[in-house]
Amino acid sequence: MLFIKCPYCGERDESEFHYGGEADISRPEEPSKLKDIEWGNYLFMKKNTKGIFSEIWSHSSGCRKWFRVDRNTVTNDIIRVYEINK
Amino acid sequence: MKKFSALSILTEGLSGNKGWKPHWQSVDPKSQYEVVIIGGGGHGLATAYYLAKNHNITNVAVLEKNWIGSGNTGRNTTIVRSNYLLNESSRLYEHSLKLWEGLSKELNYNVMFSQRGVLNLAHSLQEIRDSKRRVFANKLNKIDAEWLDSNSVKKYCKIINTSKDSRYPILGATLQRRAGTARHDAVAWGFARAASNLGVDICENCEVTGLQIEKNKIVSINTTKGNINTKKIGIVVAGHGSVLARMAGIKLPLETHTLQALVSEPIKPILDCVVMSNAVHVYVSQSDKGELVIGAGIDSTNSYQQRGNFSIISGQMGSLLELFPIFSKLKMLRTWGGIVDVSPDASPIIGETPVKGVFFNGGWGTGGFKATPGSGWVFAHTIANNFPHKLADPFSLNRFYKGKLIDEHGAAAVAH
Repeated sequence: MLFIKCPYCGERDESEFHYGGEADISRPEEPSKLKDIEWGNYLFMKKNTKGIFSEIWSHSSGCRKWFRVDRNTVTNDIIRVYEINK
Repeated sequence: MKKFSALSILTEGLSGNKGWKPHWQSVDPKSQYEVVIIGGGGHGLATAYYLAKNHNITNVAVLEKNWIGSGNTGRNTTIVRSNYLLNESSRLYEHSLKLWEGLSKELNYNVMFSQRGVLNLAHSLQEIRDSKRRVFANKLNKIDAEWLDSNSVKKYCKIINTSKDSRYPILGATLQRRAGTARHDAVAWGFARAASNLGVDICENCEVTGLQIEKNKIVSINTTKGNINTKKIGIVVAGHGSVLARMAGIKLPLETHTLQALVSEPIKPILDCVVMSNAVHVYVSQSDKGELVIGAGIDSTNSYQQRGNFSIISGQMGSLLELFPIFSKLKMLRTWGGIVDVSPDASPIIGETPVKGVFFNGGWGTGGFKATPGSGWVFAHTIANNFPHKLADPFSLNRFYKGKLIDEHGAAAVAH
């Protein structure tokens, strides 16, 4: 079980949070101009990093805000928790 | 290779069991192969076996970073069934189930395939509709399937709690009588032995550290036991699929998650079928040793760690007791985790990749064991002919660019 320090509420049990997966996936600015391969890459392809992975979490049973976590996917160590876009 | 038979067991028994040889030859890799299979789990070994058996390609190595049977093949909950909703999946899994039915004889190795029947429970009106739809779809694909109402479920599995007062009452179930379980280690050992016997090199403790690509073609592999030149490789490594594909610069839609399972202390035979429930999220069967083998869903986070969250285990215990209050005093013996590669549509990815000579077979997520022989069969065909087997064709990596997903998520059972 992870203990996650929500940037707004402090440290809580993982069960209060909802996992949002890989960070930094931004919606294409001009979707109508995308080719199939670009759509496929945007929608489906994943980094699936083994090691330090940047991901988003939501404190769904708390403040309901989204934030970022850098976590090692091999050891489960949380390296950094920070506000989104920072 | 010594053939197993009643006579050989008798003779060995009388002569002190001194004549048995190792089941397969574990060797160091040579410097060149026609095909190299990366990953010595069930799927990889089955691929190598069918390359040799069906396509007469025997200059093949299987590279396993650990020992044979050390990965997910030896960690799963061993359920085999083919009652999938969609045509593409049901055909692939049914092909596999048919191979299971003759596998012990084919490999001359007892994989203890037991067609004890699998129940997929329905707990709500919507689940009844979905389940019946799946039964009809299965029948159209000539797969055995039955719908049982609540009373018939109780008759089929006497210890299950069908009380109307439970929180999620059992309203019925689908039953596939030809489905069941198999001995997972024996599947890996049997395929390794049979492949080795046909001339395939089984290389254990040999980890791949790099893939050399020139002009968009595979030319060689770097391993902890030296470099290997080859023009064709098959990547069949479950949870580490993305890591291997990245070595060749290939993008994949996979996410790696921990999947946990656990077994109880052994008890006398009490559960003679497999019971699965999507709604309360648990599945259970009893092994030949008497342990209950219990599984549920994946841990939510991306993880390469072979251990998971206790909350999953406590949830699945709650679910188990909902279905079987009789197990409330039972002690759990051990729990473990394996890492599985989950695709966006919960269907596998089998076939060619953008790099010539690099073939990929993965994304089986939580339910790859049942497909072991079928997966090896179609993947071997694809590698041998440089062209997808017709059952594998819909599962190509291309489907994510064409929008032709095979969306089995939620359509099948908890373990997909």
